Amino acid sequence: MTLRAGSRLLEWVPRLRRYARALVRHPQDADDLVQDTLERAWTKSGHWSGVRDMRAWLFSLMHNVHVDNLRRPSPDTVDISDEAMLSVAVNPSHDAALHIRDLEWALSQLPVEQREVLLLVTLEDMSYTDVARTLHIPVGTVMSRLSRGRERLRYLMDEQPAQRPAIRVVK
Amino acid sequence: MKTRTPVTEDDLHALVDGWLDEERAREVHAYLQQHPEQAAKVQAWRDQRSALRHHFSGIMDDPIPSRLQQAALRPPQSSRGWARIAAGLVAGVLCALAGWMVRDHQLGQSSAEQVVGVARQDFATRAAVAHAVYAPDQRRPVEIDAAHQEQLVTWLSKRMGAPMNPPDLRSLGYELEGGRLLPGGQGPVAQFMYADSAGMRLTLYVSHENVSSGTFSGIDSVPSPPAPNTAFQFAQNGAVNVFYWIDGPFGYALSSYAGRSELARISTEVYRQLSPDS
Repeated sequence: MTLRAGSRLLEWVPRLRRYARALVRHPQDADDLVQDTLERAWTKSGHWSGVRDMRAWLFSLMHNVHVDNLRRPSPDTVDISDEAMLSVAVNPSHDAALHIRDLEWALSQLPVEQREVLLLVTLEDMSYTDVARTLHIPVGTVMSRLSRGRERLRYLMDEQPAQRPAIRVVK
Repeated sequence: MKTRTPVTEDDLHALVDGWLDEERAREVHAYLQQHPEQAAKVQAWRDQRSALRHHFSGIMDDPIPSRLQQAALRPPQSSRGWARIAAGLVAGVLCALAGWMVRDHQLGQSSAEQVVGVARQDFATRAAVAHAVYAPDQRRPVEIDAAHQEQLVTWLSKRMGAPMNPPDLRSLGYELEGGRLLPGGQGPVAQFMYADSAGMRLTLYVSHENVSSGTFSGIDSVPSPPAPNTAFQFAQNGAVNVFYWIDGPFGYALSSYAGRSELARISTEVYRQLSPDS
């Protein structure tokens, strides 16, 4: 029983990791999020037999875990990899690296609710109604967040590196 | 001329994400030809979409870290960190105590056979778990691949203290992919991985432990009747089917998500190749 259920969860781990990695950016934090999600899934294992769409259910759990984590006060931190990134970003010979770093940087600048919608639609190929169900929001809200997210990302990607603040201000 | 439904922003998103039917997609394309600014926007969204997918999809092929495998395969024991480690120690001590109590209880009933029976079940369970963990692994299902079979055989034979030659199952449609060493109840066990042309995996789990004296699966010094070589036994652990049998000092378990009859067919062939007088 346990093993069967576990194999069922294991199948989803690569997709949960991909989404988490895009959502929270730092690999360790992303895997922590996946682990917390799996643990929460086990605490609700009594519901599994009634789950019709395991993907929506698991991503929904991950959303809840992530929201809880964001609400929890965390100590102020200096983002070392951002600094490392900026030193690379000013070197024009790193075009490919620049592009990838730009993408991750730009994504991290989106409000989390826009990032979630954009990533579920883009990485998971979720239909807009499935996204609405997963995040417990109306479809209209999914569409407006998708629009704002895509436009914001476009603006950020077009922006010249020089226009960015050189150091992220930590409150 | 047919009146067209006006193109909305939602249509543009649905076009990028591939949710429009052909007819509507044609209408939206026609609209975009008349509206270059909107077309540029749609192109930028498409680029974003492919860049994001390309950038983040590599992780799907990475091996799953063991902490996540554990988290997926069984219920959480406790919270993270020291609390978890402490809980692990406590659980370990409790299990050991329980083990002794059960053992004494069972010995009291002179049912050492039962202990060996439990040990065998345990063997099948470990084989099934090892299958469930490694068979879905896309990138590193084995430690040494079949291209280095000689090296694999030498290494496993040395570590297992007995010749470890993987059976040739090509006549049944299974190619050897390689093997790995795993911790067993008492010492190392070998796992050989095979796959058929559809990628369906099969693992052969081999232990070299002294079953007949009862030291199987770490239960030592239990006076038990000499364990005869067993016939095939079938166990089902969730979705994983296991055929296992004992042959002298060796325990074999064949695991797969394939059905019982398919496993029986393969087991017969494995048994034929491994039995010394063949």
